Order: sequence, then C-alpha cells, then structure tokens
Amino acid sequence: MQEDRFPGHKFLPYLLIAPSIAVIIVFLIGPFVQSIRESLFVSTPFGTKTIYVGLRNYVRLFSSPDYRSSVIATFKFSAFVIIGGLSISLAIAQLLNQKIKGVGFYQVALIWTYAISPTVAGVIWASMFAPATGLIPYIVSKLSGGYTLNWMTNGNIALFVVATAATWKMLGYNIIFFLAGLQNVPDEFLEAAQMDGAGSWKAFWRITFPMLSPTTSFLLFVNMLYAFFQVFGLIDIMTRGGPGNATELLVYKLYRDGFIHLNTGFASAQSLIIFLVISVVAIIQLRIVTQKAIYSR
Amino acid sequence: MSKMTRKTRHDIFIHAILILLVMVLAFPVYFALITSTLSFQESYQYPPKLIPGKQFMSNFQEVWDRINMGRLFFNSTFISIIVAIVKTILALLAAFAYTHFKFRGQGLLFSMCMITQMLPLPVRIVPTFQLMASFNWINSYYALTVPFFASTTGLLLFRQFYLTIPKDLPDAARVDGASPMRYFLQILVPISKTNIAALFVIEFIFMWSQYLWPLIVTTTAEMRVVQIGIKMLLASEQIAPEWNVVMAATVIVMLPPLVVLMLLRKSFVQGIAMQTSK
Repeated sequence: MQEDRFPGHKFLPYLLIAPSIAVIIVFLIGPFVQSIRESLFVSTPFGTKTIYVGLRNYVRLFSSPDYRSSVIATFKFSAFVIIGGLSISLAIAQLLNQKIKGVGFYQVALIWTYAISPTVAGVIWASMFAPATGLIPYIVSKLSGGYTLNWMTNGNIALFVVATAATWKMLGYNIIFFLAGLQNVPDEFLEAAQMDGAGSWKAFWRITFPMLSPTTSFLLFVNMLYAFFQVFGLIDIMTRGGPGNATELLVYKLYRDGFIHLNTGFASAQSLIIFLVISVVAIIQLRIVTQKAIYSR
Repeated sequence: MSKMTRKTRHDIFIHAILILLVMVLAFPVYFALITSTLSFQESYQYPPKLIPGKQFMSNFQEVWDRINMGRLFFNSTFISIIVAIVKTILALLAAFAYTHFKFRGQGLLFSMCMITQMLPLPVRIVPTFQLMASFNWINSYYALTVPFFASTTGLLLFRQFYLTIPKDLPDAARVDGASPMRYFLQILVPISKTNIAALFVIEFIFMWSQYLWPLIVTTTAEMRVVQIGIKMLLASEQIAPEWNVVMAATVIVMLPPLVVLMLLRKSFVQGIAMQTSK
C-alpha cells in the first residue's frame, strides 16, 4: 500500500506487530475457533465428558421459546437505544453546531455521560424508579391521580426503563461524534443549498445527513455493540432479566446458560449466532465508509 | 437591524433549549448526589427529597467498611491504567509497522488486527474463561488485564494519523542515520501526543466500566472491581435497598472516569475530530 520508509529492516515490522498478533491469536481467534467447536458438543451434567451432537444445540436454540423471546427483547431494546439515542444525539449536536456562543461550555456539559459506566447508569435509574418510594413513581402518581407505576412487575415498563437508562448513558458519546462529523460538513455546501432556495430542514436531509453517513454508520455499529454486550452490567443490576424474562437480553441469557447452568455448548451456539449478526452489520458499515472515501475525492 | 434581532432571538431560543437539555441530562446524577447525602430514613421520605442532607461522610464510611471499597477502588484503577497503557503501546508499535514498512503478509495481518472489533468478549466468553482456568489465572490481575490488550480503536487512531505524515519526515530521519526505532521513539511518539491522550481516555473508561468479565474471573472479595461493589451493596439489601449508601458508592465509582475525561477533554475531542475527518 504505502512505500517502505526503512528498507533493509526485514524483520522489524514483524517484531513490531508480534505482541498485538500474539494477543489476538491466543485470546481472540483461538477461543473463537474453540467456541465454534464447543457449539457442536454438549457436556454431561458434571462436565466430565463432552458428547458430539452436531447442530443439535442450534436446533434446540431455535425451537426454544425462551430464546425467541430473548431475541425479540434484544431487538426492541437495541432499536430503542440505537434509533432513539442516535436521533436525540444528532438533534442536540445540530443545535450545538449553530455557531452560538459558549459551545465549549455546552460540549463539556453534554458529553460527560460518556464517562458513566452502564452499571452506574443502571443503579441511578433503578433508584429513581424504585417502586412505591422512588421519584418517578411519585411524580406519575401525582400527575395521574394515583396510578402506581411498578416497573418490577410490568415487563414492558421494565424494558422501557432499562432502555432509557442505557440510552441516557450513551448520549454523551454520540453527541461528541455527531458534533465532530457536523463540523466537517463544509459551510459552502449548505450556503449553496440555501441560495438555491432550500430551507434548512431540506438542506439538512439533502446535504448534511448524507455527508454524515460515515459517522452515522460508525455510531450505528458502536451503539449496536453497546446494546448487545456492554449493557450486561446495567441489566444485571436493574432487573436480572426480569420480570419473568422481559429484559433477558441475548448477552444475559448467554451468561446464564454458560456460567450459571454451565451449559457450555448451548452458550457457545448462542455466541456464534450473535457473532454472525455483528459481522453482517460490520460489513455493511465498512461498505458505507469505503463508499464515502470514493465520492469525497 | 431587524435581522440582528432575529438572529439574537434565534440564539436565545437555542440557548434556552440547550440549558434545559443540560439540566435534564444532569438530573439523574444530581439525584444520586442528593441521595448519597441522606440518612436511610430520609432516603425513603415521601415525597422524595431533592435537597442535600448531611450524611455523606457517614454513608461514605459505610461503603468503605462494608465492601472494602479501598481495595476495589485500587483494583479498578490499577487494571484500567495497566490496560490503557499496554493497549496504547501495542497500538503504537503496530500502527508504526503498518504505515512505515512494506512486508509480506501485511494485508492479511492487518485484517487479523481488524477482526478484533468483530470478536467482542461475549462471542468467545466460554473458551476464554476456560483458557484462564488452564493458565491458572482465575482470580488474578492477569485474567483481568491480559485478554484486553489488543485494540483496533488504537491501531486505527494512530494509523489514520500516520498516513497523513509527509514522507519527508521519516526520510530525513533515515538520511540523518537514525534507526527506525529511534525515529519512532523520538519523533513519531512525541507527535502522537493528542492521539495517545484520546486513546487513554477511551481505554480507561472502557476498562473502568467492565462488569461481566470481572464477575466471571474473580472469586474472592479482594479481587472484585468497583462495578461489582455496587452490585454487592444492592444484593445484600434485596428488600429495601439502602439507597443512600448505594448512591455514596455510585458517586465514588463515577468520579475517576469523569476526572480522566475532563482533564484530557481537549485532546479527546481533537482525537475524535481527526478520526471522523478522513
């Protein structure tokens, strides 16, 4: 791709990447391949023996109603976190990009949620929503004249509350990236559009939004990884997958099957399915980013 | 004149919305801060209290004693700093190799590094755990740090920047007789300061937030991390959580990543701007 800046050092580049490659092989690719293998086996209850079962773990997975409900919960949760979170952040970033005074202050005052851990977000929202004594149930009851909001007994509300907490935590991160992306959209483009009589709403969708597509697709991917995996702590602290299994997201189910029920083959099969889903999104994301590289030239 | 006032009115409107947003966004943390200063009774008052009490120090003491917060705090800080530093070093070295050399298998090895982002821990969690067990690493700092050492984020961040460096820079160094490593250490690393700081923020926060992996690979109280400390406080009081004590812990846990982000904010924002403007 690029030229060799230091010809004559044949081994040096290998030496430089050796530590990274070693970590990747030992802790990433190795276990991943092992995970594929294990998904074809089941272990006996005491883990003393493993038996080859072919694709039976997968068959069992797809015919399990629990798994199906976990897929649906994950889908709803991720859609909320990704679509809701990205739209709100983009709107806020767009406001910040209006050439007003004090942008630096607002930047600080809006990006800090990035430093909040999912677990911390979870515990704070859990306390605000604490049934009977929390602040939000109090407000709801005052406004509605006595309605008791109990997210711990209502699956839909529980899913909504965990998704809200998860979205809140991610806003800071998304705003930083959208703002950086927006600042890269050249003013001349928007001015030209305005000259042609396009309103700012139209100019946003015709010019700004398409030019943001690399940022948006990157954030889409990051937010998906977040909604799929990093929210584990948030779920564990807020609901442990309940009530019933309303908030049992795929990563939580995977943990339960693999580390509580010690059903490693079954858990590995779940890992692989999740991997396939992320790969598809990763490839789409790469496509969008490389496409931009072509037309921006 | 009328245009001026319209512009001013428009700006005031935007400021008003933004300030409202800042307040809404900050409210949960305000609420946590308030709760952390209340006594147990006050934290269950109805309607909920929104002005601070006087119990923060005693709640704080309670957290310290009950879950050995000092130790957990040390563990989290230690693993976050170690992982951030090692990841940065490995990423710097790899980015240097991929941008300044031409070698056989370069493309393949680069894709191998890129694969990292498609293999987050949960998709290989069972075998990685078994690997820790076979290394005898369960409940050790090795298990809490080493599996995290590979970083696509860092590699991309540095690579992106190195590709923009004019080729005269390494060429001049070579003509002057500098070895590649000397060029790397004395020129490349110093000019990467902003990106190093940005990466440190990202990796510190990432590691500080880890929950699932520490939960699995640690077995004794003294190897736990702060995130799990919060869980321990909650779990011991299933029926009526002592929100005041839990929130005191939450406030402590919140602080280090916030401090890191605020201290290195400028570099962090710049690093991101650099990355989005390909």
